[in-house]
Amino acid sequence: MSQNKKDEILHDHNHDGVDRRGFLKCMAWAGTGALCVMQGGVLKSYSMSRMNEWNAAKMGGELSFAQISDSHMGFNKPANPDVAGTLKAAVDKINALSAQPEFLLHTGDISHLAKPEEFDTVDQILKGAVAKEVFFVPGEHDVIGDDGQQYRDRYGKGTKGAGWYSFDKKGVHFIGLVNVVNLKAGGLGNLGGDQLDWLAADVKQLKSSTPIVVFAHIPLWSVYPEWGWATDDSAQALGYLRKFGSVSVLNGHIHQIMQKVEGNVTFHTAMSTAFPQPQPGKADSPGPMKVPAEQLRSVLGITDVNFVRGQHALAIVDSQLA
Amino acid sequence: MSGKAARIGLVTLAIALAAMLTTVGPVGGVGAQEKAPAGVEVKIDNFSFGPATVTVPVGTTVTWTNRDDIPHTAVSTDGVFKSKVMDTDDKFSFVFNKPGTYPYYCTIHPKMTGQIIVQ
Repeated sequence: MSQNKKDEILHDHNHDGVDRRGFLKCMAWAGTGALCVMQGGVLKSYSMSRMNEWNAAKMGGELSFAQISDSHMGFNKPANPDVAGTLKAAVDKINALSAQPEFLLHTGDISHLAKPEEFDTVDQILKGAVAKEVFFVPGEHDVIGDDGQQYRDRYGKGTKGAGWYSFDKKGVHFIGLVNVVNLKAGGLGNLGGDQLDWLAADVKQLKSSTPIVVFAHIPLWSVYPEWGWATDDSAQALGYLRKFGSVSVLNGHIHQIMQKVEGNVTFHTAMSTAFPQPQPGKADSPGPMKVPAEQLRSVLGITDVNFVRGQHALAIVDSQLA
Repeated sequence: MSGKAARIGLVTLAIALAAMLTTVGPVGGVGAQEKAPAGVEVKIDNFSFGPATVTVPVGTTVTWTNRDDIPHTAVSTDGVFKSKVMDTDDKFSFVFNKPGTYPYYCTIHPKMTGQIIVQ
């Protein structure tokens, strides 16, 4: 990687808290997921890297589940030569929660190259989770080579089209969308007409008081289109959800936490269990951020992370437990 | 089919494949490209094809090399050529035997686009 990027890590040019020491601490991101708690119909998400600051009694809520994302099984470059180990660390952290989440939700890029053995490894590691139910949506890496056929064979039972579906848990309506297939040259993430029609029909009969959780891999809001961090037709999808009082949108893809509120819609992106990516526009490309392998291993498993994502320019809302 | 017959069948198949590949198609290891002009390289760095536009004479072999830590593809928008997924340092080659403009993109990261102009 270029000298410039090393400098960017070594020195805090941008005054955003990402000096080298801070960055290394952030590598504890690699073993983290997010805990989502539905409270009074409103979803809050908490980074697992701040778990030691939590007051479990305050978490409460009607429903909690854990989001993990971007495990990129099969990735073996210096940014993280042991993505199996860090996924396992994420599962261990979830298992260590005093109140177990109802289920896990994986927002895609399960695998790095959509190889059968990569999916097998993830499945094996996730079997170690106390929460036995896992819901998936595919990332663009999971549909490489076959437009997602293998993904659907493994995870898509009962789904429609490219693998979209919905289900209900304790009065909350969950919608898993697929925006990583049939991508057009020069374009962004894409849902497509069939899926949008299905979505419109899926939510039509629901009461407007029903809490909605939408999850998909690529952000359904415009995080940074220059790097492909947006979905071409997400506005239409969100239009169908306008009548609902509480809509939460969970995405992966960008390997960092961002949150944003627009009217009744709260957007969250999750960290990767594999490797971090740079903040939008802060590097030449969205490629993996690297530290030497031995340093990566030495900082994994550290739970005392005091990196405050709320300082990020785009983190408009950052839920934290006081 | 006896072992010998199978071998002959395979040799025939290989010759037929080589003949097909000389006309058009990806360069696999099969079929020598004696008449092909010098190849042209397109490098994939930082989620972009470089150079993004390449102009070559008819018969040129264009070779893409992925130098990113993230996999990419090079796929013709018009279905003319389609690489397999290229992991780090993987290559894909295609011989352009017909004049024309061939836009292409990475199907994994569709913001990545390029074109080959064959004259």
